[in-house]
Amino acid sequence: MTDVVTPSEHLPPPQNTWGEWIWKSFFGSVSNTLFTLAFGAFVVWVLSSVAGWMVLDAVWRVEDRDLCGHGAGACWAVIEDRWRLIFFGLYPYEEQWRSSIACLALALTIVLSCVPKFWSVRRLPVLWLAGFSVFVALMRGGFAELTLVTTEQWGGLSLTLFIFASVFLIGMPLAVVFALARRSSFPVIAKGMGVFIDVVRSLPLLAILFSAAVVIPILVPDWLQSSKLARVIVAFAVFFAAYQAEIIRAGLQSLSEGQEEAALSLGMPYWSVILDILMPQAFRNTLPSTINQAVITFKETSIVTVIGFFEIMASGRAVIGTDEWGAQFVEIYVFLGLVYFVFVFGLSRYGAWLEKRMRVGHG
Amino acid sequence: MSALLRSKRIQSMAIQGGFVAIFVAIIASLVFTGARNIEAQGIASGFGFLERSTGWPLAFSVIETTPRSTYSEVLLAGLLNTLLVGGLTLVFATILGLCIAFMRISNNLLARLTGTAYVEIFRNVPAILQVVFWYAVLTHLPRPRGAYSVGEVAFFSNRGFVLPAPVLSGLDAIILALGFLALIGAFVFASRLQLTARAKLGAIGAFVVLAVVVWLTGRAPDTPLISVPELAGLRFVGGVTIPPEFLGLLIGLSFFGAAYVGEIIRGGLLSVDTGKLEAGASLGLSPWQINRLIRIPLAFRAMLPALSNQYIWLMKATTLGLVIGFSDFFAVISTSINQSGQTLELIALLMGGFLILNYALGTGMNAINQRLKIKGRS
Repeated sequence: MTDVVTPSEHLPPPQNTWGEWIWKSFFGSVSNTLFTLAFGAFVVWVLSSVAGWMVLDAVWRVEDRDLCGHGAGACWAVIEDRWRLIFFGLYPYEEQWRSSIACLALALTIVLSCVPKFWSVRRLPVLWLAGFSVFVALMRGGFAELTLVTTEQWGGLSLTLFIFASVFLIGMPLAVVFALARRSSFPVIAKGMGVFIDVVRSLPLLAILFSAAVVIPILVPDWLQSSKLARVIVAFAVFFAAYQAEIIRAGLQSLSEGQEEAALSLGMPYWSVILDILMPQAFRNTLPSTINQAVITFKETSIVTVIGFFEIMASGRAVIGTDEWGAQFVEIYVFLGLVYFVFVFGLSRYGAWLEKRMRVGHG
Repeated sequence: MSALLRSKRIQSMAIQGGFVAIFVAIIASLVFTGARNIEAQGIASGFGFLERSTGWPLAFSVIETTPRSTYSEVLLAGLLNTLLVGGLTLVFATILGLCIAFMRISNNLLARLTGTAYVEIFRNVPAILQVVFWYAVLTHLPRPRGAYSVGEVAFFSNRGFVLPAPVLSGLDAIILALGFLALIGAFVFASRLQLTARAKLGAIGAFVVLAVVVWLTGRAPDTPLISVPELAGLRFVGGVTIPPEFLGLLIGLSFFGAAYVGEIIRGGLLSVDTGKLEAGASLGLSPWQINRLIRIPLAFRAMLPALSNQYIWLMKATTLGLVIGFSDFFAVISTSINQSGQTLELIALLMGGFLILNYALGTGMNAINQRLKIKGRS
C-alpha cells in the first residue's frame, strides 16, 4: 500500500516569531547559553560603568565644577566652558557666528552631494565650488561689514572642514587626470604616472605633509611659494589623488571597451567621450570606494595637527594643556571622538546604504 | 613632410618627448634652486653627516644607542623601533581582528552586536586620536610608588609596564630570534619539505631545547635566571620596562587596525560560496572540519590582497609615534633634521626607508598570494 498523504498532513511551515528568534539566538544551544550568560555579564558591566561615568554620575554645569574629580563621573563642565575654543580655535570671539554659518554651509554641501539628483559631471563641481566659496568668503571676510580674518586665525572644526573640503576639491580633478594619465596610450606617460602613484601610495601621509612643510621652501623658488597651509593642503590633495586615481582606474576598467570605441566611432571628441560616457559610469560604479576614501580622508585631516595647525584635534589638546582642565583629558578625547564619529559614521552609513542599493540593481 | 607630421608614431613620440623634457626641466629647476638655497644656508650637502655623532639620546631603542652614536646608528635604531612596533601591531591587530570577525558572523546575537559596536567605534575615530588617548591614559597611571602590581612581580605605573624578564645578552637574543625564524620557516614550507606531524613536533622540541640551553648558559656568571623588577626609590630596577610611548602606539594602532582587519576577515569568510560549505556538510564533514578544510583556506585567499593593503597602511601609521614622543623612524628623522639641518638627505632616507619597507611587505604578501592561489585559474 502506498502512503497517501491527506491534505490535513500538509502542515504550514513553522513560523518563527520574533520572540522565538531572539530566544534561539541567545539560548539556542548549551554552549550558546553559556556564552550569552558569561559574555552578557561582561557587556552589562561595561555598559553600566560607561553609562554611569558618561551620564549618571557626570558633572554637567560649570557652576558645579568643584565637584569634578571627586565623584566617579565625567566632568562635562569642561566642554561647556571651552566648546568655543574646540570648535572655533583662535577665531575672533565676536566673529564666531560667521564660522558656524560657514561650517553649516559646507556641511550642507556635503549632504547635498549625497543626493542622487546632484550626481552629474556638471552639477557636482558647481555645487562644491559654490559651497566652498561661501565657506571661504564667510570665514575670511574682508568685504562689506565683515572684518578680515586671515587663515592663521582659523581653527577648530572649521579648519578641519576647510582642509577636508579643499583636499577633496583639488584632489578630485587631480585624481581624474592621474587616472587618465595612468591608462594613457603613451607608454612613457602611463609608466611614469604608475611609478609616481605607487611611490606616493607607499609613503606615510605624515611624511608627505612634513616634506611639503619643510622641503618645498628649499626646492621651490621664492616667487612660487605660498603659505604653509596651502603647501600642506596641496600635498594632501596629491596623496588623496594617488589613492582616488586607482579607484577611478578600477571604475574605468570595469567598463567594456566597446563603450569607448562606440563613442569614438560616432565621432565624439576625446574629452566628450571621457566626460559624458566614461567618467559618469566609472564614478557611479566606484561610488562606495570613493565614499570610503572620503571617510579615510576626513579622519586623516587630524594628522595636520602634527605639522602645527590648529584644527579640532589641536584645539582640543590645547584645552588639556591648560592647568585648569588638565585632569579632564578623557572627557576631551571622548568629546573629540564623538565629533569625528558623527561625521565619519554618517558618511560610512551612507556609503553602506549606496552599496546595498547598487547591489539590488538600481545603480 | 606633412605626412610625416600626421603620422601617429611621430606624433606620439613628439608628445612623449615633450613630457620628458618638461619633467627634466622641472627637476633641473628644483635641483638648481635647492643647491642655491643650501649654499646660502651654509650647510654641506651629502651624506657625510651620517658618520658624525648625534649628541642627543634616543628615548627608546631596540639596539643600544648613546649620545655618541653616529647618525647612521641612530637612524638604524629608529628603523628597528618602527619594525618592532609595526610587527607587533600587525600580530595583535590580526589576533583581535580574527576574534571580532568570528563574533560578527556568530549565531549569537549578543556576540554579533558587540562585534559590530567594536568595529563602528574603533573604525570611526581617527587613529591619531586613539593613540594620543591611550598615551594620555597610560601616563596618568599612578607614580611608581603607588603602581598597580600583579603579584609584586609586574608593575603598571606612569613610567610604563615593568615586567620580569629572562636575563639574555644581545647575542642570545639574536640566536633565539634566528632559531624562531627557522621554526616558522619549517612550518611555512612544511608541505614542500614533506614534514610529518612528528617532524614538526621534533622541530618545536629542538627549539625549546635551544632556548633553554641559551638561557642557562648565555648569561654572565652570578646573574639570576629571571630578573624581577623591584621598586628602588622613585623608579624600578631590573626586569624589562615597556615605556608608555611604545605601549600607547601599540595599543592605539592595534585596536584601530583590528576593526579594519576584522572587517576584511569577515568579508573573506562571507565570500566563501555557501554551496561549497553545504557540499562539505553533505559529505559528512563536521562543522570544525568544514571550517578548517573548506572555509578558512578559501576565505584566506579571498582576503589576502585587502589584508596586505591594510598591513602596509598600519606600517605607515607607526609614524604617529612622533606625536607621543616614540622614537620611530620618522621621529628620529624629524629630530635629525632639526639637529643637523640636512633636510633633503634625511627626507630622501625617510622616503627610501618606507619604500623599501612597504615594497618588502607587499612582495612578501604577494609571494604568499601566488603560492596559495588556486592553480589553473588566474
